[in-house]
Amino acid sequence: MGGNIWFGEMIHMKKLLLGTVCAAVMASAAAVVPAHAQSKGSVEVMHWWTSGGEAAAVGVLKQDLESKGVTWQDMPVAGGAGEAAMTALRARVTSGNPPTAAQLLGMSLRAWAEEGFLGDLSEVAEPEGWDSVIPEPLQAFAKYDGHYVAAPVNIHRPNWLWSNAKIFQDNGLTPPKTWEEFNQVADALKAKGIQPLAHGGQNWQDTTIFDDVVLGIGGPEFYQKAIIEADPEALGSDTMVQVFDQMRKIRGYVDPNFSGRDWNLATAMVINGEAAMQLMGDWAKGEIIAAGKVPGVDILCTTAPGTEGSFLFNTDFFAMFDVGEERKPAQLIMASAAMSPSFQETFNLAKGSIPARTDVPGDKFDACGKQSMADIKAAQEKGTLMGSLAHGHAQPPAIQGAIFDVVTNHFNSDQSSADAAKALVDAVAAAQ
Amino acid sequence: MASTENPAGRRSLLPKFVLAPSVLMVLVGVYGFMLFSVILSFTSSKMFPRFAFSGLDQYERLFSNPRWSVAVQNIFIFASLYIVLATALGLLLAILIDQKIRAESVFRTVFLYPMALSFIVTGVIWQWLLNPGLGIERVMQSWGWESFSFKWLVEPDMAIYTVVIAGVWQVTGFVMAMFLAGLRGINGEILSAARMDGAPTRKIYTRIIIPALRPVFLTAFVIESHLAIKSYDLVVALTKGGPGYATELPSTFMYTTTFTRNEMGLGAASAVVMLIALAIIIVPYLYSELRNERRG
Amino acid sequence: MSAVAEHTVAEPRLRSGAAFDIARFAVYAILIVMAAVFLMPLVSMAFTSLKSMDEIRGGNLLAPPMAVTLDAWYSAWGSACISVDCSGLKGYFYNSIKLVVPAVLISVMLGALNGYVLTKWRFRGDDLLFGAMMFGCFIPFQIVLIPMAFTLGKIGLAGSTAGLVLVHVVYGVCFTTLFFRNFYVAVPDELVKAARMDGAGFWQIFFRVLLPVSWPIVVVAVIWQFTGIWNDFLFGASFAGGQSQPITVALNNLVNTSTGVKLYNVDMAAAMITAAPTILIYLFLGRFFLRGLMAGAVKG
Repeated sequence: MGGNIWFGEMIHMKKLLLGTVCAAVMASAAAVVPAHAQSKGSVEVMHWWTSGGEAAAVGVLKQDLESKGVTWQDMPVAGGAGEAAMTALRARVTSGNPPTAAQLLGMSLRAWAEEGFLGDLSEVAEPEGWDSVIPEPLQAFAKYDGHYVAAPVNIHRPNWLWSNAKIFQDNGLTPPKTWEEFNQVADALKAKGIQPLAHGGQNWQDTTIFDDVVLGIGGPEFYQKAIIEADPEALGSDTMVQVFDQMRKIRGYVDPNFSGRDWNLATAMVINGEAAMQLMGDWAKGEIIAAGKVPGVDILCTTAPGTEGSFLFNTDFFAMFDVGEERKPAQLIMASAAMSPSFQETFNLAKGSIPARTDVPGDKFDACGKQSMADIKAAQEKGTLMGSLAHGHAQPPAIQGAIFDVVTNHFNSDQSSADAAKALVDAVAAAQ
Repeated sequence: MASTENPAGRRSLLPKFVLAPSVLMVLVGVYGFMLFSVILSFTSSKMFPRFAFSGLDQYERLFSNPRWSVAVQNIFIFASLYIVLATALGLLLAILIDQKIRAESVFRTVFLYPMALSFIVTGVIWQWLLNPGLGIERVMQSWGWESFSFKWLVEPDMAIYTVVIAGVWQVTGFVMAMFLAGLRGINGEILSAARMDGAPTRKIYTRIIIPALRPVFLTAFVIESHLAIKSYDLVVALTKGGPGYATELPSTFMYTTTFTRNEMGLGAASAVVMLIALAIIIVPYLYSELRNERRG
Repeated sequence: MSAVAEHTVAEPRLRSGAAFDIARFAVYAILIVMAAVFLMPLVSMAFTSLKSMDEIRGGNLLAPPMAVTLDAWYSAWGSACISVDCSGLKGYFYNSIKLVVPAVLISVMLGALNGYVLTKWRFRGDDLLFGAMMFGCFIPFQIVLIPMAFTLGKIGLAGSTAGLVLVHVVYGVCFTTLFFRNFYVAVPDELVKAARMDGAGFWQIFFRVLLPVSWPIVVVAVIWQFTGIWNDFLFGASFAGGQSQPITVALNNLVNTSTGVKLYNVDMAAAMITAAPTILIYLFLGRFFLRGLMAGAVKG
């Protein structure tokens, strides 16, 4: 094995260590390769949108950039909300070779910004007026130290309740609007031998429900205090004990084989009528559409019980790394393209979310998407547009993880609600 | 030990020169990086290494962390069952295969192939097979055994045993191969002599054959225990640490803490504890192996 | 089959009779049941990969496919979308080969040389050095990610196949050294002495005396390294550039989707394609593996 095998890699190599024989060989290899004539450079993008609709969605951006003369180098690493991607990203940055852009969720975006690895997008953000079109709670993540470091591409809403329309119609029920109603509906379904709730026992899914219950029982102020501010008093309060009581009730509405189930299998249970409801974000639409059903018609979308008027968000950002002058122009083209209204529309139609900018017309979106767009406007005005804890927009990973542990442990054991609330206070304190 | 004496001159440097690249790699890649972890464990590093020393804080946090206690408890359950079952099953299969059977190589390959597969490849199918609603339970019930129940995967107290099953499935073939190699290395004359004396088969196995396999037991034990401590893919593929965090192991704890939760100092502390555990098992083994060799 | 492999410790089959037949029957029965259990995951994967999605949704995991279709296999190999690239696993398959071949060759070569030096050119502290190298076999890989990334960056190999090869060599050489050292320690020193009398030097002794008898352990080392490196995900995901990602990373990207729709038949076909090289190696070299183990890797 000699030059042949490694030749291709040498060309791609970004950093050459001068002064070694090795580097001299590589440099001469690189010099042989003709530069692309009209190329405006390339972007290397790390993300975990690797299959199905989301891959197609990101493909839209790739094509758009290629039409502008920017080459797209893909660096996909999938796995549980980007866990493996985060490791790979850390390795890349540690080796002094960051990608141009990386998909990040709110709190990890902030962590990367605080570490000082991200670039400055002011050159495109200011003339394009990003400030006036991006909702403020998203800006809080996309900006660091007064300037943009990332481009938000979508807004997912995790606080949805998906219901099988036929089951509800056949049994003369309507999707519940409060947690009390939810318990009544679930009991009624259970009495008829219908599985009330489809759920997958993975910590982020448990916590998605937990978010809904905290918001639904405690209201937006309580969510703000307990989840966003991690206020120990709120975390240990009686309201939190009630939240855990409701979590315990919900546990009773889930089938015995829920452990470890992927969310999409739970969605399939609702689609096939094996269960009546699922509490899940709007990415569930992808599964529903793929199964030939219409979201909002066959599978109803309503806000999770008690959360009407509030909007939890989960946004994917393209964080732009500080890459140096050579790669910067292509990076700015990418940032601008990712924020363009036409891309945001196409991308979010494919992904099931809504655009991260408020000036995109909603007429092409389905009923659930339209409702999302209307609800976010209302929530923005009321100040109830808040980050989702389960999806990395409320607490830094250490505290988020600590809460995951408590929530999932309570959900999977006989722990009392009071003990769980106490454990929550302790775990959050220990993680700070 | 009859060692070759070094001829004088330039040549005597050559062997060391040949060894040097590997020594350098191991020095940096193993010991350098271990030292790095040890140092990190005394710092408050979060997302990236930061050398702000915080004494034993991370160790205190580690030992008061309920998830870590579950992980430690699990590694004892997992490792002991994994080692005992894999060794017993491996030995049994080796003895059976050694009975001059037909199609020996077919059986050997069947038992050995799981070793060729990583859980990246087989993880999904294992999840399905162990899932009561999809896998073995449903299959048995659909074949008419209505009362068949196999729900370990979804029971917090039992889920760790499913991890044992998959782990044993993967490693048993390798253990079998080692025992088979050991069996076939036993001096045939001793056995013939014992048979001549009319010793019953069971006695030959318990008195002669199994004692003769002592070194294989030891090697198998060391290989199994280090695989157990390093087991990571297995848990991630099967249970992702769930239900709850009931199947967390030190290796998954270390990874999640360091890379998902940005607590590099705490992760490093858990890594150091793992390394110490490994050293306790392996160093005495290495020591006795090398000493025996010198004596022998 | 070698003479060693033919030698079993079981009692020679001389007698016959009812009791004896029952015992033989039990041996086969246990082996066949165990074999069925061991094969279950693979069979189930194969069946699923040959079914259509409709049949999978409705069916039994262990039921053979009613309508066999190879669509999922074609798709997984050549047209399944992995992120923005819809050309299946084939490109990644070659990436893995480009990675595995040099990594296996280098680590096995180094292991052989190390084993040779450590047994035939002994020096003060060689056992200590060997013990220290062996402990390297046992290091959990998760802990080396960050310092390794830093080191690769410093030497200019970040994000390249060359860097990934280096990583696999570093952590593979411990194992290969162990195999070869344990093998060469059993090769009589007299052979080496005789060769030296004839004027053979360091390299001549290695190539003419030791290497020719080494093939059983070479097979063990190659199988071990090939399987380990081919199956690696952690290093591949962390250190490969986007253009050089190995097949396990691609498989993971195909199978693991956070918010996408899953095609299980394609997932299973992709898993089988990923596993094919290592399974084939065990199928064809499995018996040499056993022979190699007997010859030295295991002392018994």
